[in-house]
Amino acid sequence: MTWDWGYAWETLPQLLDGLGVTVLATLAGTAIALVLGLIFTVLRRSSSRWIAIPTEILVEFIRSTPLLVQLFVLFFVLPQAGIELSAFMTGVIGLGLHYATYTSEVYRSGIEGVPAGQWEAAKALNLPARRVWTSVILPQAVPPSIPALGNYAIAMFKETPQLTVITVMELLSVARQLGAENYRYLEPVTIIGVLFLALSLPTAWLVRRMERRLVPAPRPV
Amino acid sequence: MSQSATEAALTSRKDGQFIHFDKVTKRFGDNVVLNDLCFAMGAGERVTLIGPSGSGKTTILRMLMTLMQPDTGTIRVGEDYLHHEERGGRLVEASEAHIRKVRQRITMVFQSFNLFPNMRVLRNVTEAPVHVLGLSKEEAEERALGLLAMVGLDHKIDSYPSQLSGGQQQRVAIARALAMQPDVLLLDEVTSALDPELAAGVLDVLRDVAKTTDVTMLCVTHAMKFARDISHRVLMFCEGKIIEAAPPEQMFDSPEHERTRSFLQSVLEES
Ligand SMILES: Nc1ncnc2c1ncn2[C@@H]1O[C@H](COP(=O)(O)OP(=O)(O)OP(=O)(O)O)[C@@H](O)[C@H]1O
Ligand SMILES: [Mg+2]
Repeated sequence: MTWDWGYAWETLPQLLDGLGVTVLATLAGTAIALVLGLIFTVLRRSSSRWIAIPTEILVEFIRSTPLLVQLFVLFFVLPQAGIELSAFMTGVIGLGLHYATYTSEVYRSGIEGVPAGQWEAAKALNLPARRVWTSVILPQAVPPSIPALGNYAIAMFKETPQLTVITVMELLSVARQLGAENYRYLEPVTIIGVLFLALSLPTAWLVRRMERRLVPAPRPV
Repeated sequence: MSQSATEAALTSRKDGQFIHFDKVTKRFGDNVVLNDLCFAMGAGERVTLIGPSGSGKTTILRMLMTLMQPDTGTIRVGEDYLHHEERGGRLVEASEAHIRKVRQRITMVFQSFNLFPNMRVLRNVTEAPVHVLGLSKEEAEERALGLLAMVGLDHKIDSYPSQLSGGQQQRVAIARALAMQPDVLLLDEVTSALDPELAAGVLDVLRDVAKTTDVTMLCVTHAMKFARDISHRVLMFCEGKIIEAAPPEQMFDSPEHERTRSFLQSVLEES
């Protein structure tokens, strides 16, 4: 089998459309994961057991079951419960929900990295709980978490092909369709590999640069 | 000092009992840190706690700051219980709202400063006045500038804490605490983390606070000269009990208790 440049060139516009869907799903999924993960973390730390424990169970449950299964549930079961979402929306929610359980862990260790003295000072000033979070704890906990969050965004990007099982026309779906129509998979599949690489590598490099800037070096003991 | 003289000195020298520990017990596992502790302070009184490491001094301050709860017993500040509230004629665990109301009158300066590293000096001092006391930004900044001038740091308002020396950070922390216009100021070894010269600057600021305000002060310190200058009373702690209580001159010049004498001796040798 030899590489056919003409065919490769022909498929490119459709593959780029697929790339657009992939990138959009990643960005939207990441946005959900960032916000929801933070909400999970704060709820897990709630002083009310009726909030903390159910959240903990939910997070553990989502984290310990495969994304693929969750996508199936969202796509095939939710409509039966009367909730109709587009395939794309379902995919984005699935990715966001699944990765929120990972980002929640990242936030958690970021928060644990804030010295106890900061909570105590906030209490000594009688700051209300919400203010303690927004102006004292999160501004210190989030910056060191950004590199780890970035790595999860990249991981999510590489998992978007799973959305093909729920008919989202992202990169892999487009490549499969092209391959099936033309009986040639080599070019489209190779191209999507290159596209993933072309986006992952610079993003990973950026994340590593941020890591050096944002994560404090361990203090000498 | 006779037993009854110590007892007399245990109750406040100023009128009224503003802070009142009643049979407070605190344990950590098997370690009984405070055992049925009773003592009272008057409004505006300045009391220094001294005693060997592990005797429970910090524990007392942390309970007053509501960073810890007593296992049994009660603490009152003014008319209010600190960790409890009266509901239907019974004393029950305080709600968060009740604790916040009483805690408003108390603040604390820590050994390790605990400034907010993500905020500049000015905002460290204005944050709580704006968001707790409800001052406008302008009012809070005016108050903060006054206090920062008092601690000699009005030229550092735009610095971050990491850009200040330890002594400067602690002076900002004092300004931040005073900006709340507290009735009670708790000071836990606020100069222990500092070099002697820097410590002197911080202690001067606190002498100034003692002289110019009528804030009730409860401090733990090893700076005996400072304790002598500002305290109305000194309490000697040992194993969670007050073994001696007296005005500073008496405590430092002619301590009654053998344990106090050996403790003071060891502190003198240290410095
Ligand atoms: N959070 C905690 N968990 C377990 N034990 C504790 C805790 N805090 C204090 N303790 C114990 O309580 C006792 C009294 O501690 P505290 O910090 O009040 O002493 P201190 O008089 O302030 O001593 P120092 O002069 O060293 O600061 C010590 O034995 C200490 O080990
Ligand atoms: Mg202590």
